[in-house]
Amino acid sequence: MESASLSLQAHSRWKHLETVFWLFALLSPWLLAKHALIINEIVIVALFALSLDLILGYTGIVSLGHAAFFGFGAYSAALFAIHVMPDPLLGLLFGAGISLLLGALCSVLILRGSDLTRLMVTLAVALILKELSNKLSWLTGGTDGLQGVMMGPVLGKFDFDIRGITAAWYSLAVTFLLFLLIRRLVHSPFGATLTAIRDNRLRAMAIGIPVSTRIAVIYSISAAIAGAAGALLAQTSSFASPDVFAFDRSADILLILVIGGTGWLYGGIIGAIVFKLLQDVISSITPEYWTFWIGAFLIALVIVGRERFLYPWKWFAKR
Amino acid sequence: MLTILFDGIAYGMLLFVLAVGLSVTMGLMNFINLAHGAFAMTGGYVTVLLMQRMDVPFLLCLPAAFISTAVLGVIFERTLYRHMYHRSHLDQVLFSIGLTFMSVASMTYAMSSSQQIIQLPEWLKGRTEIGEGTWVLGMGHYRIFLIVICALLAWGLQAILTHSRFGSRLRASVDDQRVAAGLGINVNGIFMITFAAGSGLAGLGGALGIEVLGLDPSFPLKYLIYFLIVVAVGGTSSITGPLFAALLLGIADVAGKYYIPQMGAFIVYTLMIVILLWRPHGLFERKGGK
Repeated sequence: MESASLSLQAHSRWKHLETVFWLFALLSPWLLAKHALIINEIVIVALFALSLDLILGYTGIVSLGHAAFFGFGAYSAALFAIHVMPDPLLGLLFGAGISLLLGALCSVLILRGSDLTRLMVTLAVALILKELSNKLSWLTGGTDGLQGVMMGPVLGKFDFDIRGITAAWYSLAVTFLLFLLIRRLVHSPFGATLTAIRDNRLRAMAIGIPVSTRIAVIYSISAAIAGAAGALLAQTSSFASPDVFAFDRSADILLILVIGGTGWLYGGIIGAIVFKLLQDVISSITPEYWTFWIGAFLIALVIVGRERFLYPWKWFAKR
Repeated sequence: MLTILFDGIAYGMLLFVLAVGLSVTMGLMNFINLAHGAFAMTGGYVTVLLMQRMDVPFLLCLPAAFISTAVLGVIFERTLYRHMYHRSHLDQVLFSIGLTFMSVASMTYAMSSSQQIIQLPEWLKGRTEIGEGTWVLGMGHYRIFLIVICALLAWGLQAILTHSRFGSRLRASVDDQRVAAGLGINVNGIFMITFAAGSGLAGLGGALGIEVLGLDPSFPLKYLIYFLIVVAVGGTSSITGPLFAALLLGIADVAGKYYIPQMGAFIVYTLMIVILLWRPHGLFERKGGK
């Protein structure tokens, strides 16, 4: 009995490599102080990708509109800072909480229908929110967005600085805590039922897993985390515009997740690092046609297959 | 009010031509092709180039747009799309988004990102009004032209689909690919032709739509949602489904933008979500197929 439970738990243990990775990640704003701004961006995108992985990789729900929650979190955090109080942590909680509610509402929409229906509905939700953020200009500043959102110091001690070091620390700390939470979640029995739903919904239902409830719960959690990522973006850049709901953002995050690999916690993180660095390099060479190369990259990735693309030696391996 | 209804119908007809190819390919191969708008954009640019650089008359440009996009469709189908048929929906979505991004970027590079305009022939420019008061019906000549062309196309497609040998093969392939192939129908060939025709129609729609929808490199992304609405709401079983959905969408959009402009495209999206909640597989679900 003892060994059985040990072997079952083995894959949820912390590996040395993971520890090293997070140690480096948490120290990176200090080691690479010059690049604090891009570190901050990568961390936010990684958190966003993680949230999508929960529903796409672990539960198998395709979404083309995850930016809806990201943007919703961003706007609510920015509005909270302007109208209620500038404390970042409370703003973050508010942004995540209100995205959780939105996610719970929207989860009703994705329970029925085929993949196409789901793509459409998620896309439409993001577009509706974008439209709203455009039209409700008394609240959201219209197309200009909310600019110059003043944030208070984190925990009442650390002020946001122009070099973005505090911002990077802050995002990293939040992401790390949420990562721990997600990690615990997917290795729990609850997480196992999600994978069961992904692999075979009918059988999952037959062995007594409450499929609809599980999907609704994980969708809301994922929405909350996406909202937290959006809130981080709004707080650290002191800016929120309708662009946060854009279709490109939903598509990019899907791409990031696919580069890193779905159904794997580090997939989103690695994808985010690769994507952001690539974007940085390519944009500095040909600033306008970044979308062209990202499109070409996507096609190549899908045609060749992710496995063979990332590990070219598998071309020659026996099938 | 009648004018709005009329404009809505013209708009809906145009959307139908743009989206009908997508609905057939989606029904036939269960393939989610988000790059459909890119074909429409190509048709539009072919027309613009022909008219601006070579002074080809508008009416000749329309078949040219159809043919060039159809040829492009065949090339893409043979080289790229056919590898994607049996992949997961996620792969198809990523692939076609990639294609869309590439087309947007290359068009920006080749044609600059500005709006393109064309000079319509004189006889399409005017406007006729019938009736008076609240029931006045103002019809732009171009919109009459649109409605006539699109209605003819819809009728023609329906006739081909229901009364020709090709149509019955196509319907058989949509209903059950394996059995159709077992009966000696060349499903791949049928699909290639359908894909070409669908892309061609999109190209034609793009050419017709320059005047109404505008044309710039972001076209495929801007109207993607509209095509998808037509397909998702109309279902993939017949021509009538997408036609009805396109008309509904066109009228709702025009009326919404006229009566409640501050709501913008809001109405359309909400309408779609409600319809999809009510009938997740579209208004006209296919019976008996697989």
